[in-house]
Amino acid sequence: MPGAGAETMRADPALEVTIAEKRFAAGGRTVLRDIAFGAPPGAVLALFGSSGAGKTSTLRIVAGLDAAFRGRIIRPQGRLGMMFQEPLLVPWLTVGENLLLVVPEGAPQPDVPALLAEVGLPDAASRRPRELSLGMARRAALARALAVGPSLLVLDEPFASLDPQLAAGLAAVIRRRASRDGMTVVLTTHDLDQVMAVADRVLVLSGVPATLAADLAVPRGADAAPRAALRADLLGRFPFLQGHA
Amino acid sequence: MPPERRRALRDGTLSLIGFVALWWIAAALVRTPELLPSPAAVLALVGQETLAGALPRNVGITMARVAVAFTLSMLAGSAGGYLAGRSGRADAWLDPWLIILLNLPVLLVIILAYVWIGLNELAAVLAVTAAKVPTVMVTVREGARALDPGLDDLAAAFRLGRLRRLRRIVLPQLAPYLAAAGRSGLSVTWKIVLIVELLGRPSGVGFAMNLYFQDFNVTGVLAYGLAFAAIMLVVEKALLQPWERRANAWRRG
Repeated sequence: MPGAGAETMRADPALEVTIAEKRFAAGGRTVLRDIAFGAPPGAVLALFGSSGAGKTSTLRIVAGLDAAFRGRIIRPQGRLGMMFQEPLLVPWLTVGENLLLVVPEGAPQPDVPALLAEVGLPDAASRRPRELSLGMARRAALARALAVGPSLLVLDEPFASLDPQLAAGLAAVIRRRASRDGMTVVLTTHDLDQVMAVADRVLVLSGVPATLAADLAVPRGADAAPRAALRADLLGRFPFLQGHA
Repeated sequence: MPPERRRALRDGTLSLIGFVALWWIAAALVRTPELLPSPAAVLALVGQETLAGALPRNVGITMARVAVAFTLSMLAGSAGGYLAGRSGRADAWLDPWLIILLNLPVLLVIILAYVWIGLNELAAVLAVTAAKVPTVMVTVREGARALDPGLDDLAAAFRLGRLRRLRRIVLPQLAPYLAAAGRSGLSVTWKIVLIVELLGRPSGVGFAMNLYFQDFNVTGVLAYGLAFAAIMLVVEKALLQPWERRANAWRRG
């Protein structure tokens, strides 16, 4: 039977995730087992795996949306920003109002135009979500996640529906914010190129139930050769990743 | 005014004129004013009763009862419907009550209220409220069931406060259902109020209609009934329909 996972926050701004077991329902199928990882402030972690590998289930636990698991989550103190697979912009609010919606009362108001400009939507504040394409809506959702000034940023497939150029732009925004603001980023993706573009570490989920099959550092820096070597290594060790490269 | 709204207004007005014309023709053919008076005769009595002050006083009293019962039934029905729509357990507890109340004759509710509470305002208003709450609950329950779980996740992930969640996430989604419950609720509520007044109140449109009925005065019954229906029509057109349009605006895009 899935227990309620312990969740705490602490002054030490590191993230620690220990998921001993996650079942979909009491007595139901086990979907996650023995997944443990941590991340210091400013780190970008990519949860990687094929569709149905348990990436989103892990992410929901990290975000505190699912407490029905055995294990323990320690989140960095501060706010959480989240971007879902669907943009989930509130349709009756403008894009600007969507950004302000998530900012707690009494907290400093974010610079909405600057946030939208950062994700490439400089003129979108007064537009309604229905006036945006899916790619634009996803970028607005990222801006909303950043609007709270998060210490932990949780992103579910942030690059889906974006062309490579836009995806690269958003990857740059995420990396810049992580290193500048010291926020920990946990994201899911099924695109190995995006992992190489954005992540400090890649956590490969595989198997049924999903377990942590690999936890590898992604070399950063101008030299692309070490990343290419890691990429080849991952493809060699996990043949199921071939379709995601 | 948008062309389609203008067209709808024109068609509605023509339809109403057609109804009055048909009534006039029928009254002329029947030639028995005691059974079917002409629109002019009814209008004349409306004028007399208005000048005498009886009609405005009775209409005012009935409107007040409608307003109180409508407000109470909307509040109670919305709260119950939301609870039932959000919690399977609450729904399991409330559903049998709902089925019973929905199938209970309104007359029985009114009679029991008068017997148990007495022939007073409290009994009258509670009877109307009890009769109307189940239908509001059913409508709002459907709305609560249709709430977007993704937006629930959004509110939970960003730790939105209860008030902000209710005001910015939940109520806008429920608004079309509340508006529909309000519109259908008002039309049913005022009809029940007339029965309640007819059975046990010494004032109001229902009471006045009962007085005229005892004299078999169809002109008087029609004067009060149609005058009040016209006022309710204005309330619906001027308040409830614009509210419903506004509540649905974001869905239409």
